[in-house]
Amino acid sequence: MRLERREHRPLVLVVLSPILAVVAALAIAGMLIAAAGAPVLEAYGRILTGAFGTRLAATETLTRATPLMLTGLAAAIAFRARLWNIGAEGQFYLGAIMVAALGSSALSGLPGPILIPFLFAAGAIAGMALMLVPLWLRLRFSVDEVVTSLLLNFVAVLFVSMMIDGPLKDPLAFGWPQSMPVADHALLPKLVERSRLHIGLVVAIVAALLVYLLQARTVFGLQSRAAGLNPEGAVFAGVPLGRTLVKVACLSGGLAGLAGAIEVMGVKSYVTTDLSPGYGYAGIIVAMLANLNPLGVIAAALFTATMFVGADGMSRAMGIPTYIADVTVALSLLTMLVAIFFTQYRIRR
Amino acid sequence: MTNDTSVTPVLELSHISKRFGPIVANDDISISLKRGELLALLGENGAGKTTLMSILFGHYTPDGGTVRVDGVELPHGRPRAAIQAGVGMVHQHFSLAPNLTVLENVMTGTEPLWSLRSGTAAARRKLLAIAERFGLGVDPDARLGDLSVGEQQRVEILKALYNDARILILDEPTAVLTNIEAERLFSTLREMARQGLSLIFISHKLDEVMAAADRIVVLRGGKVAAERKASETNKAELAELMVGHRVTRPKREPTTPGETVFEASRLTVSSGGIERLKEIDFFLREGETLGIIGVSGNGQASLSQLMSGLAKPATGEMRLFGEPVTALDVHDLVDAGIGRIPEDRHRQGAIGEMAIWENAVLERIRQPLFSRRGIVDRSAGQAFAATIIEEFDVRGGTPASRTRLLSGGNMQKLILGRNLYRRPRILIAAQPTRGLDEGAVAAVHARILEARKQGTAVLLISEDLDEVIGLADRIQAIVKGRLSAPIAAEHADPRRLGLMMSGDWTSGDGVSGEGNSHAP
Repeated sequence: MRLERREHRPLVLVVLSPILAVVAALAIAGMLIAAAGAPVLEAYGRILTGAFGTRLAATETLTRATPLMLTGLAAAIAFRARLWNIGAEGQFYLGAIMVAALGSSALSGLPGPILIPFLFAAGAIAGMALMLVPLWLRLRFSVDEVVTSLLLNFVAVLFVSMMIDGPLKDPLAFGWPQSMPVADHALLPKLVERSRLHIGLVVAIVAALLVYLLQARTVFGLQSRAAGLNPEGAVFAGVPLGRTLVKVACLSGGLAGLAGAIEVMGVKSYVTTDLSPGYGYAGIIVAMLANLNPLGVIAAALFTATMFVGADGMSRAMGIPTYIADVTVALSLLTMLVAIFFTQYRIRR
Repeated sequence: MTNDTSVTPVLELSHISKRFGPIVANDDISISLKRGELLALLGENGAGKTTLMSILFGHYTPDGGTVRVDGVELPHGRPRAAIQAGVGMVHQHFSLAPNLTVLENVMTGTEPLWSLRSGTAAARRKLLAIAERFGLGVDPDARLGDLSVGEQQRVEILKALYNDARILILDEPTAVLTNIEAERLFSTLREMARQGLSLIFISHKLDEVMAAADRIVVLRGGKVAAERKASETNKAELAELMVGHRVTRPKREPTTPGETVFEASRLTVSSGGIERLKEIDFFLREGETLGIIGVSGNGQASLSQLMSGLAKPATGEMRLFGEPVTALDVHDLVDAGIGRIPEDRHRQGAIGEMAIWENAVLERIRQPLFSRRGIVDRSAGQAFAATIIEEFDVRGGTPASRTRLLSGGNMQKLILGRNLYRRPRILIAAQPTRGLDEGAVAAVHARILEARKQGTAVLLISEDLDEVIGLADRIQAIVKGRLSAPIAAEHADPRRLGLMMSGDWTSGDGVSGEGNSHAP
């Protein structure tokens, strides 16, 4: 048996591979559920009803999916250009703390329609700034950005921790380390009454569409893909490699920062160090599940959010730890990597 | 068949057939190899040479046919059985680890893991004995990554011999070698044959096949087209057998050169703290080809980088269309209508994973023809690619298919097409036919000659003497970063060019920079 590179990637396979990957992940996780002594199909049924069974559950799942879409896009756009941004978690937090700082300051006197876009931009810029550090190190000293962007996550979270226990600490929070809340008119309008679902979802979906168009239709999209696939060939064709990567880094870091800003303005209104249950890292999984396709990111984020929200309900009903959601999502990344592999190679005897 | 039946062949391939989907790669091929014979397997790209050897070595399972070594049939699809029977293979792309030493590389995958340490002394003795026997001198403790490509290939051969190979198969062994390294390789191979080994080498180069092989099997379209003794054939016949029809490289017609479009004087280019080009002088004229010959590694890469807009000169002057310029920039060159054919078409010339149309327009994507306000005009790009495919006879792809799928010759036609379609004023062609088969070479040459006829000034940088003699009007040699003075093509013959390439510029030709090269 040997592996042979496929000459053509059949479209059917490209579309089917993420679905098969998810099915395979569910099947493997099913064995764990069975091992924990619960009926597998019922458990998955509970996950589905837990995620979509009620109006409240459905809005909660969509609320969870919103930041995942944005961090997923952040990873997808960077990975397309072979820029390995593993720092979305830190960029998320920096975007969040920026919004908390400005949204609770004197600037919050601005009217809502101006303040909200302004805070979006501020959060995005904070995320960009953090991503430019590893990029600069790569361009200047050839330092691997996987390591630097990953390590900056810890720096960013510690910085946020310092801020919410220091200058930005909310005096009314009974000593809890949390930031001052943003002004009420900086909070995002709800999409559904009496739920947490906010217009951030619309922002995320529009962002996915824009990123898709940017990659498929623009000079920048073509050049960033060329730069990722073959830097030497891109330079020969006159692609400004450094400038292209700077733009990619800004977009990627900006989307992750925006995710943090939206989570604060849409859900929490203030920042704590558990604002993100790993949205930045989960974004990498979302991007891979989507095969780096910006539109696929929407679906992949929904799947991931479904697992996380649904697992809570299932756990309560059947006494199985919620960790099954983490395991399933992690498994789906692995099965997706295998699936991607088989869209590119075939086995021959 | 002219086989001597009194000798049992050490290797016999009988009636081998192999299909890949609709493509018949091998169609009822039978070949035999005698002890101490050096056999060449000649054919164009895609003739089925590599497939056949992969079947012999057990990488592919044939649809039909048998492989016999010393009369014993080998099981299909079992590389280990082939190795045990004494068949060794040297791949085109080496399968060695650059971070290990020569000895470790030879032992890896050969010796059981647990004996890597204990067996080292014995292995070293065996390796040195083999190296000594065949004159394959190499330091067993050198790190592989520090060796030249030619030396790495020697290690690959040593590894096969270390496995007690009696039959050695080399897949396009000279593709990565310089001329001198190739000559050295063939003298080694002949020595090995003299000592009783049997060898097959795969090639599409007529010169080396004629020079090195005892017997030549020509493959065409997956079939054995002919079998000849090297002493009873000639290059013209082989070329015809290989391609299926007569191939003649197009002839250069005399033209009158027009005005000077580019001029370099006392130009020095450095990279990594080393002067790669030293005070070189040359000029390009409309409707004229300047050929730069030289042994690989003498500064050709720097020259083509400079002229492609990827390197800046440290000192010296350049004039482009009469205007002084300090550096050439990719965009300026492309916008000024200067065509560039890069040295390495896979790494620089095209981005394999992108579509053919994207590669056709990438360097001009900012031009209003292909994008407006940052939005790519896909239909214009695809139409342009379709035109190039049509006019330049690019086979094996549509505008939307991935460029990686094109053969080397067709990829080169695509690159030529995107450059020549616009009738460039200057064409920089670096090693334009390296690795191409005879049919593709002729096509590329015809295009370059046609461009010249239409008034393009051509800079041809090549290591192929025949190519330079065939295409260039004036010839300069590049040696250790210096350029000789130009000689007219009429005065060029292989012997004189050979002297120029060796750095012997005393025969009245003078050295560049002494002021006698400025004709216009």
